[in-house]
Amino acid sequence: MKVSLLLLWVLPAAAAIDFTRDVEPILAARCHSCHGARTQMKNLRLDSREDALRVLSPGKSAESLLVRMVSGAEEKRIMPPVGARLTAEEVERLRRWIDEGAVWPKSAAAGAAKAGHWSLQPVSRPAPPNTRNRIWARNEVDRFILARLEREGWEPSPEAAKTTLIRRVSLDLTGLPPAPREVAEFLGDNRADAYERLVDRLLESPHYGERWARQWLDLARYADSDGYEKDYVRPHAWRWRHWVIGALNADMPFDRFTIEQIAGDLLPEATVDQRIATGFHRNTLTNREGGVNNEQFRVEQVMDRAATVGTVWLGLTFGCAQCHDHKYDPIAQKDFYRLFAFFNPAGELDIDAPLDGEMGPYLAALPEYRRNREALLAEYGVAKYQPAWEARMKEAREFPGKWTDWDHALDALTKYLDNALRILDTPPAKRTQKQTDAMTDHFVQNYHRVIGKDEWKQLKFTELRKKLRELRGGFPALSEAPVLVEEAPRRSHVLVRGDWKKPGAAVEPVVPGFLHPGPADAAPSRLTLARWLVSPENPLTARVTVNRVWQELFGRGLVRTSDDFGAQGEKPSHPELLDWLAARFLDTDWKRKALIRLIVTSAAYRQSSNARAEIDARDPGNALLSHQSRLRLPAELIRDSALHVSELLYPAIGGRSVRPPLPKGVMDLAYGTDVGWNEDMGRERYRRGLYIHFQRTVPYPQLMNFDAPDAAVAACRRERSNTPLQALNLLNDPVFVESAQGLAARLLRETPGRDAASRAVHLFQLCLSREPGRREAEFLTDSYRQQAALFEKNTAAAAFFPLEIPGVARTDAAAWTAVASAILNLDEFITRE
Amino acid sequence: MRNRRQFLQAASGFGGLALADLMAAEANPLAPKPPHFPATARSVIFLFMPGGPSQIDLLDPKPELRKWHGKPLPSPATKDLKLAFIKPNANAVASPCTFSRHGQSGAEFSDLLPNLAGQADNLCVVRSLHTDAFNHDPGELMLMTGSMQFGRPSMGAWVSYGLGSESRDLPGFVVLSSGTGPSAGSNDWSNGFLPSAYQGTPFRGSGDPILYLSNPEGFTAPMQRARLDVLRRLNEKHRRDSGDAEIDARIASYELAFRMQMAAPELLDLAKEPKAVLDRYGVGREPTHQYGLHCLLARRMVERGVRFILVSHGSWDDHNDIDKNLRKNCEITDQPAAALIADLKQRGLLDSTLVIWGGEFGRTPMTQQQRPDIGYGRDHHPNAYSMWLAGGGMRAGATVGRTDDLGLEAVEDPIHIHDLQATLLHTLGFDHTKLTYFHSGRNFRLTDVEGKVVSKLLKKGAA
Repeated sequence: MKVSLLLLWVLPAAAAIDFTRDVEPILAARCHSCHGARTQMKNLRLDSREDALRVLSPGKSAESLLVRMVSGAEEKRIMPPVGARLTAEEVERLRRWIDEGAVWPKSAAAGAAKAGHWSLQPVSRPAPPNTRNRIWARNEVDRFILARLEREGWEPSPEAAKTTLIRRVSLDLTGLPPAPREVAEFLGDNRADAYERLVDRLLESPHYGERWARQWLDLARYADSDGYEKDYVRPHAWRWRHWVIGALNADMPFDRFTIEQIAGDLLPEATVDQRIATGFHRNTLTNREGGVNNEQFRVEQVMDRAATVGTVWLGLTFGCAQCHDHKYDPIAQKDFYRLFAFFNPAGELDIDAPLDGEMGPYLAALPEYRRNREALLAEYGVAKYQPAWEARMKEAREFPGKWTDWDHALDALTKYLDNALRILDTPPAKRTQKQTDAMTDHFVQNYHRVIGKDEWKQLKFTELRKKLRELRGGFPALSEAPVLVEEAPRRSHVLVRGDWKKPGAAVEPVVPGFLHPGPADAAPSRLTLARWLVSPENPLTARVTVNRVWQELFGRGLVRTSDDFGAQGEKPSHPELLDWLAARFLDTDWKRKALIRLIVTSAAYRQSSNARAEIDARDPGNALLSHQSRLRLPAELIRDSALHVSELLYPAIGGRSVRPPLPKGVMDLAYGTDVGWNEDMGRERYRRGLYIHFQRTVPYPQLMNFDAPDAAVAACRRERSNTPLQALNLLNDPVFVESAQGLAARLLRETPGRDAASRAVHLFQLCLSREPGRREAEFLTDSYRQQAALFEKNTAAAAFFPLEIPGVARTDAAAWTAVASAILNLDEFITRE
Repeated sequence: MRNRRQFLQAASGFGGLALADLMAAEANPLAPKPPHFPATARSVIFLFMPGGPSQIDLLDPKPELRKWHGKPLPSPATKDLKLAFIKPNANAVASPCTFSRHGQSGAEFSDLLPNLAGQADNLCVVRSLHTDAFNHDPGELMLMTGSMQFGRPSMGAWVSYGLGSESRDLPGFVVLSSGTGPSAGSNDWSNGFLPSAYQGTPFRGSGDPILYLSNPEGFTAPMQRARLDVLRRLNEKHRRDSGDAEIDARIASYELAFRMQMAAPELLDLAKEPKAVLDRYGVGREPTHQYGLHCLLARRMVERGVRFILVSHGSWDDHNDIDKNLRKNCEITDQPAAALIADLKQRGLLDSTLVIWGGEFGRTPMTQQQRPDIGYGRDHHPNAYSMWLAGGGMRAGATVGRTDDLGLEAVEDPIHIHDLQATLLHTLGFDHTKLTYFHSGRNFRLTDVEGKVVSKLLKKGAA
């Protein structure tokens, strides 16, 4: 993709080199990290003219050491020593600049480049430019796009066909292809605003929240398990996802969306929902491996929270400043730990977070559940052993190294039971019911660690454990949610080289110094941080957010590097448009639906996605949007589309994670023995991809084959790769085979007694929202006949199509299933045109 | 992306390739690519031993420990030690194994490794490895991805990214796993932030060898061909209509998938392997069958152009009952691993195949168990441990590095994991500092910001 920018950069031979535009970016990107403000290897700074003159002679590029070293002319002394070499074009630019006298304007003083970096400037409100073509633009967005195209002398592309448009906007707004009925309605709607009406309808669909939640889950590194070796299941993680879907469907303004997720618990009289929102930060990985240091991994979680906020809201690679000052951006290491300090006092808790309808059955069943539980515990004599065990645990904590077995057991207690030491220190009478139960459950499960095998067998705790689990299984427990709570203040320090064992200077929670100041009158807390992030003065949050929306709708952001708005990121392709959109987003109260509506109703969005050979050769990444882009669907939407057209999809919104069938042996690769995959048997197995249980060490194969992120760090954009494993996945995975069967059954049901040609047409309409061309229809009918003949000769049709459809021959149904499967594998089916 | 273009440019002189060619190569991320300089290894077999095998009982004898057996080690030696479970004052345990010298090189092997000992002159034993992590998951990430942080590409992914694949009909990076899976799971073969084309493909022990390789029930090979034919016609039609070259890549992926359906069963069909070969690997006999099969498959994959094969067998995490467990693991792995080396050599493949054997860390000279009803065991030991390497430009018959008399620290030629990785990339023809990928604001590489090539590990002329 780099090439695209370079090609655009090729200058007419006559144009003079401009230091700020042509040269400084090279020096900043490739030299300043070692020869700049922070580090001066060989005592050389290439951000000051005075210093730079030591390695260059104005007018004489051939004699300049700088050019000799970056061009490889100096044997064994090639600069930069790490990373890719400068391109020939970059070297040429340096050469010409030196030959033209190495003009270095005074304004480009050392350090100015950083503070002056474009993304850190206040958001401007540029007026949409005038364009020569006065007809094309449908709204302001288009005037920016068109003006840029006109600068190249290029025309925009014509509008896509209506069938393409409805499929495109349905996939983009709800993640599901339109039903043939919806397509017919749209095609028949001749009102001038038929498309806008369609958009409004789709934005009101509850599937909108599902479609757009996925992007947010990627950013939040959402998963249903801890990660690391043990990779325990997180049974309550989904509750935060449920909140996200609801918030998006309600079009919660992005400032509130931000504040509640960063500090919902600190809002005055916080509601359960506002506390659930903080579950965003509970998506950090948790290491429960025996022997790891708990404080080390707590610190790593806090670091991860700080770095994630830096990426998600500020679009900067804050994580780089964990060990040292950022090499390219003005983020000092201190800035990172000041951000860290906001999150350092936060603790973790799981709270009751009932969904509608849960409370009644819970309260009704509670007394009997408690009675039965107590009876079981009494029957097996738990009260006789647990107090002594707890006492020994405390002793082990006081005298580490004295009794190895107890050290080990204490380690297990603190690993498996959240907040274990706090519960241990609370006298039993003062513990909450939840704490009491959790401690007893851990005791029953782990007592064997400290007693002999024979004694353990006598106690029959294995049996007790099983009975307790069964009892719990029948009890209608409340849904819970993982949240943050503010604990006692903790001192924060800069950690030398990011090492938790090496605290340096103490730091307070303070917002990064290179941006606008935080509120002077409020005590620093996560809440003040959250409000600062969405303050209108913040130049980054709105830009970063609108850029991600744009990326979702065009396949690339206006800033292509949507994860990095710093000096190493790419510059915006349309800087004025980015600012105009950011300002508009602020003006419309951070409402995302309004922003999306504005973009998808633009002429730019509605362009055809067909390639344009001549223009694409000069703009291979389609940065200037001379057409829409064909985008392979994300992993989840490929599944959703197949299940939807075959009418297998169970379209319930929100709720728990589900486990669709998984081939035998996949889970064998998991280390944690507790990782079971209890396949959902009912319609739950046909839920949308975003609800699939995500086990970090053994993620669902179809998701990974199609580039879902691994939920380790915030993922700002997905790859769209193209591999043979994807082909095998779509051809042979039982989910897609079942979809093909369902699709064939639907086809035959909806076209009783019709011939192959008209069935081919209907199949296209069901899957691609359009009619086939003449040739395409022929391909399908030929293929149908071919498959039918093969199934005639073979007795296996019953295995391939196990259903019985009255009036339809089995071989016929099997042949259509084979054709349906081919359609589900089409590039066009898994692509948003 | 930038680097791939650079390779291409370097291969043809600056700007020698037309943009169209660059784009075509871009369309197939696994097209073979030349490395930075001539390589000594073409493929890699990593015999990964997750959990951490005990070097003290296998490759690095410490007779001095007999003096301290049953007692804490002298405190000056242990005061700075940071271990996962045990405290530095735990009792030392001398190895009950007998060591002897083998081959012309006289390399020392424990009696638990009689077959590998027979290959002494083909192996390069390293006794001075050290790593940063003393827990499994971070340790594996360190070994496999060069960083204890999640989300980095694995070694195999880096190699696939750098070299592409030689095989037209098999994945370039394959994973075979037996016993308990590794702690870090799929992170050990993840593509991280590299395109997913570079991720490892696990070959499975049961069912399809590659996930979703078999056609659905009742669907024959001619039906599959017919399905792919109509798919291809429709895709080609749409390619012409839309003008999108990405559809060509999609068509190519389906054809490769089809070839994989043919090639994988051929790979797994051992009918043409002589019985003597099967016996040598211990295939068809317990306890060696599964691991022997994996070693044999690794050789067959190398023959078919697979670039990187990760063969994992675990777990070696013997906190308890190490006497029993270590013997068991050695009985499973010793013979097949030795057969693999001999077989590669006999076929003239050892020179171009780098074989590595080792885990994420080693084990302590002290025990962690005090309970009389459980056998003694050893804790994780990141400061000094052993691996062996063979083929692919490695020095044969050498023992490199030395630990102190108690086995606590590497005192001669300490080799960090990053150095091992740098050396591995070197044998494949890469300057490890230049095999980079731009992501999230900077260039990343397997060796992070560290690592140096260890020339002592390389045979003459390969350094």
